[in-house]
Amino acid sequence: MIDVAFVVFSLAAVLSGYLVFRVDSMIRASFLLLASFLNVGAVLVLLLAEYLGTALLFMMTVEMVVMALFMVMFMMNPAGLNPMSMVHQPRAAALAGLAAAAGIWAVAVFADFPDAPVVGADQAVRDLGLELLGQSMLVFESAGVTLLATMVCAVVLSAARGRFGDGYEGSVAPPLEPGGDHRPEDDLVDTDTGGHDHGGH
Amino acid sequence: MNLTTVLIVAGALVGIGVWGALAQQSFVMLMMGIELMVNGAILAAAGFWAETGAGGPKGQVLVIVAMAVMAVEMAIGFALVAAVYRARQADMTEGIGSLRG
Repeated sequence: MIDVAFVVFSLAAVLSGYLVFRVDSMIRASFLLLASFLNVGAVLVLLLAEYLGTALLFMMTVEMVVMALFMVMFMMNPAGLNPMSMVHQPRAAALAGLAAAAGIWAVAVFADFPDAPVVGADQAVRDLGLELLGQSMLVFESAGVTLLATMVCAVVLSAARGRFGDGYEGSVAPPLEPGGDHRPEDDLVDTDTGGHDHGGH
Repeated sequence: MNLTTVLIVAGALVGIGVWGALAQQSFVMLMMGIELMVNGAILAAAGFWAETGAGGPKGQVLVIVAMAVMAVEMAIGFALVAAVYRARQADMTEGIGSLRG
């Protein structure tokens, strides 16, 4: 029974992971990625990592919905009505992916690992709680502080205005020769926020 | 279900992630590939914990660290995408070719 569930969930995880890069709409891609994560969460529950599996479900559901919002912002093919293929170096990328997978598969098939499975799921969750608030508290707290720093960094990076002025300052390409005109790609820069001067300084 | 099969699934997820991250041009699609790689890493770590660790809790802590890494990666990644788009109107990797070393 568990084996059947494992096959179903893991096949669904791999298939939806593959379809992420095959569908024509970025929204569908982000929800397929969510499906892949949910199926991996189910496999974690089958592996008796019940807390981690459930945490993955909740975390990924929220994360992928946020991702879907970003997809709407950056999507060039909203309804997925046109075929979408935005790829470069497809052959090299596919070969690199195959090589990475083959390396892990070789380890999976040929390496010898100790056989010491977990027995009780309840005990595992209890042990994890004691570990997180005991021996591994530093790890746990560091993860928390890192997430706080991430929030600050994300706001600073994405803010339109920095502390010292416009967010464009310092991010405009310099002229190719001293005192020369700006690079052509600067014409793409959105100039209607605060009249940025494009001339050489 | 044993460690070998779990690692085979994890390897497939990581391989698909590498392929996607290298082949996609759009920043957001590229980040989905990275997320998929971390997904495979989480599965592999949980597999090792469940089959070889005799129930020691440290393996689960590793998975929690990987999940935190994934959250950080996504938040900072999207902030960078927003910053790059604001500065260069670029949402594809080719749009910031002047970063080429």
